[in-house]
Amino acid sequence: MSLIEVVGLNHRYGERKVLENINLNINKGEAFCLIGSTGAGKTTLLRLIDLLETPASGDIYFDGLCIPKSGRQRLEIRRRMAFVLQKPQVFNLSVYDNVASGLRWRREKKDRIDKKVNEILEMVGLEDYRNRNARTLSGGEAQRVALARAMVIEPEILLLDEPTANLDPGSTAKIEQLVSYISEQGNTTIIMATHDMPQGQHLANRIGVLLDGKIVQTGDVEQVFRSPQDEEVANFVGMENIIEGVVTANNEGMVTLDIGGGAIQAVSDFPVGERVYVCVRPEDITLALSRTQSSARNSFYGKITQVVSFGPLTRVEMDCGFRLVSLVTKVSVEELSLQKRKEVYASFKATGVHLIKRRAK
Amino acid sequence: MAEIWQGFLKAIELIVSLDPEVMEIAGRSLRISVTSCLLASFICIPLGSLIHFHNFRGKRAVINIIQTFFSLPTVCVGLFVFVLFSRAGPLGGLGIMFTPTAMVIGQMILITPILLGLTISALSGVSKEIVDTAISLGASSFQTTVAVLREARYAVLAAVTMGFGRAIAEVGCAIMVGGNIRGFTRVITTAISLETSKGELELSIALGIILLFLALIVNVALNRL
Repeated sequence: MSLIEVVGLNHRYGERKVLENINLNINKGEAFCLIGSTGAGKTTLLRLIDLLETPASGDIYFDGLCIPKSGRQRLEIRRRMAFVLQKPQVFNLSVYDNVASGLRWRREKKDRIDKKVNEILEMVGLEDYRNRNARTLSGGEAQRVALARAMVIEPEILLLDEPTANLDPGSTAKIEQLVSYISEQGNTTIIMATHDMPQGQHLANRIGVLLDGKIVQTGDVEQVFRSPQDEEVANFVGMENIIEGVVTANNEGMVTLDIGGGAIQAVSDFPVGERVYVCVRPEDITLALSRTQSSARNSFYGKITQVVSFGPLTRVEMDCGFRLVSLVTKVSVEELSLQKRKEVYASFKATGVHLIKRRAK
Repeated sequence: MAEIWQGFLKAIELIVSLDPEVMEIAGRSLRISVTSCLLASFICIPLGSLIHFHNFRGKRAVINIIQTFFSLPTVCVGLFVFVLFSRAGPLGGLGIMFTPTAMVIGQMILITPILLGLTISALSGVSKEIVDTAISLGASSFQTTVAVLREARYAVLAAVTMGFGRAIAEVGCAIMVGGNIRGFTRVITTAISLETSKGELELSIALGIILLFLALIVNVALNRL
């Protein structure tokens, strides 16, 4: 059942349209991730859901109840949610008082507040800082205070706006760990905005892609990342190989595509003559030094034009008559001694190819 | 130079010997200024919050006017209170002219713009994100206002300190509506004015130093909060 239902939501700041006809269902207990580039309207959508602003038009339903545009009821509904902002925000008070704020505003009993705050501080690993002024903490610690302060009120919905955008990798890992812990408990519905793809992939059950104020695709993680519904989404979710092609044959669901300089086979039911974008995720492409016998139906000979390593993975760009990008492990790079101008065979399966219909321009 | 030194020694002598008249004058100065400052704070901090948190037409103009009144001359306030409470004035029937009450009212009028203006600017110094954080954590509008005031507490305290400073240091209004009546409305500033015109420079300097000393004590106390 939907806990949050957004219907025909529009919002503008002055003349600028920020959100356009947003329709969205968020189910009880799920971790929903809004992904989109900076300025796409993610923060605004979260602010509208948290009732920090009222939409220009459209409605939001909370647990089946249409949220009024003004009045006391908004406070009551807002008190069932908590929002962690992108930039760590702490009050100029002790860590303890920061975390206790929400409970005090709800007029909880003192001993109950004490018990809950201490529990949560222990959980986020800040129990030794309880009497320290929160303003003296590092960004990562401050964000943990903000998360603890939100969690302690046991919200039905936890809204997170790029909670790790300004943090170092260590702090990011800690915040992600906490979020995934909350998510596993299953009592809290999480709505998180991020432009960090792996984070979305890792923390979410379901993803909504927000581009230019519009929800362009929603679906489970696998679906959005493997089968983006248009070129824009494909670009956004890290589908680095997007090649224009035309279907030249369809043999019972196995199509052959002419990409001008080669043919690719893919699983699809597009008819012959359909103009498509051929999408292959870089991590689905394997490299070898000779044409090997494998189950991969597509194999291309090419020359490496660029090798860039980041972290455990290396991004290899090659020219196979068309540009192809592959992500391989460091071990493979060493074993195959991949470097610029080296000749390789790139292979990928027909099932690893995703086709998007090209719209007439 | 010698006079200042003499005045300084005299001040110490007056303080150490707890000179009854000086103590009485200093005590009255402190009482009147603290009262006017507290009363003005009780009005101005909530009123300033109200102005800050509400958007209305002419808000900018209101703030400009408040800030203009920072420069209100003390004698103008004195004149205004005088006209209001003198026997023939609209509130003359109250019979508070030349009483400490009139002085408190005068000082309140004098420092209200400062307290209001500085409270508003103190609140403006709190980021929008902090306000949103409080609201998102379930604070009602009243709770949000309190939280933001608490965030701005040092700046609000500076406003109160400033108001107190202007109240205890002013002479124009105190002399016009208090009348510098010995044992009744004489305060440090009016006493300095009188003693200087009598040529009692040492005593004047001593009183000046005592006034600063009082201000120091009050400031230390306020900063402890």
